[in-house]
Order: sequence, then C-alpha cells, then structure tokens
Amino acid sequence: MSTATRRSKDAVATALIAAVAASILGIVLVILGDIFWKGTKAISWEFLTQPPVQGMTAGGIFPAIFGTVSITLLMVLMALPLGVLAAIYMVEYAGSGSVARLIRAAVNNLAGVPSIVFGLFGLGFFVLFVGRNLDRLTGKDLFFGQPAMLWAAATLAVLVLPVIIVSTAEALTGVPRSYREAAFALGATRWQVVRGVVLPQAWSGILTGAILSVSRGAGETAPILFTGCAYYLPRLPLAYLPVPLLGVRIPMLNPFDQFMELSYHIFVMATQSHDTTLTRPIQYGTTLVLVALTFSLNLAAIVLRARLARREVRE
Amino acid sequence: MSGSQTAARTAAQAGPRQAQAAAPASEDKISIRSLSFYYGSKRALEDVSLGILANRITSVIGPSGCGKSTFIKTINRIGEVSADVRIEGDVRLDGMSILGKEVDLVDLRRRVGMVFQKPNPFPKSIYDNVVFGPRLHGVRKKSALDEIAERSLVQAALWKEIKDRLHDSALALSGGQQQRLCIARVLAVDPEVILMDEPCSALDPSGTARIEETIVELKSEYTIIIVTHNMQQAARVSDRTAFLLEGKLVEYDDTERIFTNPSVSTTEDYITGRFG
Repeated sequence: MSTATRRSKDAVATALIAAVAASILGIVLVILGDIFWKGTKAISWEFLTQPPVQGMTAGGIFPAIFGTVSITLLMVLMALPLGVLAAIYMVEYAGSGSVARLIRAAVNNLAGVPSIVFGLFGLGFFVLFVGRNLDRLTGKDLFFGQPAMLWAAATLAVLVLPVIIVSTAEALTGVPRSYREAAFALGATRWQVVRGVVLPQAWSGILTGAILSVSRGAGETAPILFTGCAYYLPRLPLAYLPVPLLGVRIPMLNPFDQFMELSYHIFVMATQSHDTTLTRPIQYGTTLVLVALTFSLNLAAIVLRARLARREVRE
Repeated sequence: MSGSQTAARTAAQAGPRQAQAAAPASEDKISIRSLSFYYGSKRALEDVSLGILANRITSVIGPSGCGKSTFIKTINRIGEVSADVRIEGDVRLDGMSILGKEVDLVDLRRRVGMVFQKPNPFPKSIYDNVVFGPRLHGVRKKSALDEIAERSLVQAALWKEIKDRLHDSALALSGGQQQRLCIARVLAVDPEVILMDEPCSALDPSGTARIEETIVELKSEYTIIIVTHNMQQAARVSDRTAFLLEGKLVEYDDTERIFTNPSVSTTEDYITGRFG
C-alpha cells in the first residue's frame, strides 16, 4: 500500500471518528438546549413553590419536587445499608468461592432488569404481599396494603441496589491488601479489619455510589408507577404529630401516604392531561427541574470523589 | 535432614547456652515438625523441621521462591488470609500446637507479631498507628495508650525523632522511619515472637543499619525470626541461620558455623554466591 493511500485512509478514519464523537455531543446539546431554552421560560418562584391549579394546567410543581426529594431520601436510607453490607460480604468475607460468584452474578443480573419489572415486583411483593399481610396481622382494613411512599421507596431501593453494591465493592477492592495484612497480623478480627482499616479508606467511593444511586433513582418512573405515586394530590404526604404540653403539631413525612413525583408528573402532563398543548410549558419546566436535580447530584458526586481522593493521597 | 536430627542438634547446642533451663528440648520457643505447605496443588514447603530458640535471632535465608516467606507466614498463620492453602505437620509455640482449626488466631497473632517486607503503616497518624493494636485488644484509657505509644516508639528507636509530631500522618515519614513505626506498632501489642519478612528490602543502607541495631536490641525481650535475602545481614544480626532451598531445609545451625564452616556443600555454594 502506498504512503499516499495510507495517509488518505487515516484521514478518512480520523474524520469519521471525530464526526461520530461530535454527533454525540450534538445530541446532548440539542436535548439539553431545548429543555433549557423552553424550560427556563416556565420557571418562576411561584412554579417552584406552589401546587398545581386549574385541573393541573397552571400553577406550580412544588408537591412533585417535595415528593421526589422525600422518596429518594427514603430510598437511600434503605438501599445504602443493604448495599454496603452486601458489598462488604462480597469483598471481605465471601472470597472467590462459588457463593461469591453466585452473588456477583445476582448483582449483575439485578442491574440488567428493566425498571418496569421492578415496578410490577414492587406492586406484587411490597404492596400486595407485605402490605396486605401487615393489614391482616394488625387487623387494619387497607392501611398498609395500598400504594404508598414507603413501598415506592423500597422498590426504588431494590432498583438502585446494584449501583451501590458495585461502587462500594470497587471502593473496598481499592484498599491495599497490605493494610488488611497489617491489621490481621496485629490480631484484628475480620470485622475489626473492615471497620478500622478498610471502611475509613473506602468512604469516598461509597458516598459517590450513594449519590449516583440517588440521581439514578430520582429519574425513574416505572418502579413507582404502581407502588405509590399519585396523578394529583391536593396535599403533601405529611402527618402532623401533636406535641403534648406545647400545643403545637410537628409536620412529619408520612410514608404511608401517596405522593406526587417529578418524572411521573412529566409523564402525566405529556400524555394524560386533557389539554397537552396547554401544559407544554409545565412539561418543560418540570423536566428542567428534574434534569437540574440529577445533574447537580452527579456533579456533587464528582466533586466529592475528587476531594476525598485527594485527601486520601495526602494522608 | 530429618526432623529428629535437627531437634537433637538444636537441643545439644541450646543446652550449655542456657544451662539453668530444665529440659533442653523444651527450650525451643517454637518447634516445627515435618511442616509442608501447599498453595492449591503447588508445594511451597516440604517436610521442614526445626526449633526456634527463645530470645535469639534466627534468620532464614535462601534464593527467591525458596519458601522462606511462606515459612514465617505459617507461624502467625497470616498466609492463609489471602490465599487458598493447605498445611501439614505441626508447629508448636511454647508446646501448644498452633495449626489446628480451634486455635484462636486473634490470640496467636497478638503473641506472634509481624513486620512486613514493605513498610505498611496505616494512613493514620503516627500515634494512631502505634496504638492500633492495643485498641483492637480493648485498651481504651488515654493514659495507658500514651504510655504504650511512648514505650514502643522508644524501643523501636523512633521516639526522639518524632515525639513532637505524634499526630502527623505516618505516611509523611521516610521509608526507614515507617518501618521502625511498623516495628513499634508490633511491639505495642506486647508480643513474644516477632516475625520479620525481609524488613529492610525497601530501605537504603542507613535505614537498614538503624533497623538492624533495633533488631539486635530487641533480642533480650523477644524471640525474633528474620527472613532476608541479604546474607551479610543474616551474618551480622542473627544467632542461628536456616538455609532453605526449593521448599526444603538444607541446613540449620549457629550463624557463625553456617557462614564459616557449613556442613552441607549446597549451603557453602549459596553463601559464597555460586548460585541464587
């Protein structure tokens, strides 16, 4: 092959690869640009702080923001301990035997399950099985056994479990073996090694996983579709706890109530509204809020990881 | 060489040295009988038998891959932490077998400390490194921990250099200081035996010299086993020397004898640098 042909082939390949890369950037810019451009027009103080009015064709999205934040917090509270403990078992206890391989395969498969399947699982397991049985045991008539924030959060927790397990396992594997050996040689038990040497080194990775799981969970619609989110709710999912003597009532999150949620609200506005053209600005505004929320969480994870990584090197 | 011969010779030589002790054979701090060690199906040690004397420095020499690291990692059973291994034979510490399933590894490792090839202080402060072991074993009182920290750092000849920056990160120390910190960390749990796996291989000559001085000073209170690829080091610091080759014990004798008049020709070939 002559040098000229080789050069021209190289030029073609370079141009092709660059074009593909540029088109990906283009797609992102078009999507985000469109959302940003049309979304900012809808956003106002009122939009962020008021509930929807006039049959959800006007007003704000505050209940949906409130719902999304609450449910992801609940989700992370449930998923983080489970995920971290599972990862600790995988990395520190199970070794490389067949049990460990089985668990690893289970985690990978869990990550590959479509989110609608989680939604149906949540309905079948949490709402109908766990909830209805709790009703039977406590003698209540349909208190636990219906869609609620708790069940939706639990379903989301199962969905994001692989994210937390994988990032925690990575963080644990990254801790040098020499630290573990040193601790074992001083007479540490396995748990003392994990608690005293491995976990302090792995926090940044674990926290990053937690934040990534939040940003993943916050954007999901399918898992909460049948397990707790509401088309429209005139109230926030709060319960008021009376404080004796003081005569005040403290608002608490009520995990047995239903809730509005950003991604489901977008779906509702775009497909279930009686006038979808009228609600278009609300759709864009809501989308922008959701995207901004997940983006800032991702950004926080990146910043946190970088800062903690620097600190670990310095120590 | 068979186990019984080794034991006989060990006893004979130990006898006059510690005449006040009752039965010569029981003077071995650690006695190893027919020890074989397998990583999966690969055999790393084959039928090794020897006795380690209390308050002496025993060095283990041999070319890379001869099983010397595996050998000392059997004595605190740290080798089984990260690999699938099988051990045959018997290792006794003060007459108690340490290889059984029922052996309390936490207690064994408190009694048998270990200094590793590469200095491996935790990414914590100097102080937290030294008191890590005592804290593991339940010492909580600040005054007790302070006392242990000072005593251990003095013993490891590090106190003078770092007493004003106990709470600085241990990773800021030089390699030699880090290794002496690791020695202090081991001393802090008050062991009876200290295993050292090529403790100077990552250090420069001055760092090595300081560690060697420290080791010799520790001899009066501890039984020390040091693995080294550096024969001058073995000759300088140790009382007894074991020469391992391809997983087998070739010769075990007084260091002076091994280095001046070994009884096996392979030993002579090795120490004169004809191979390995």
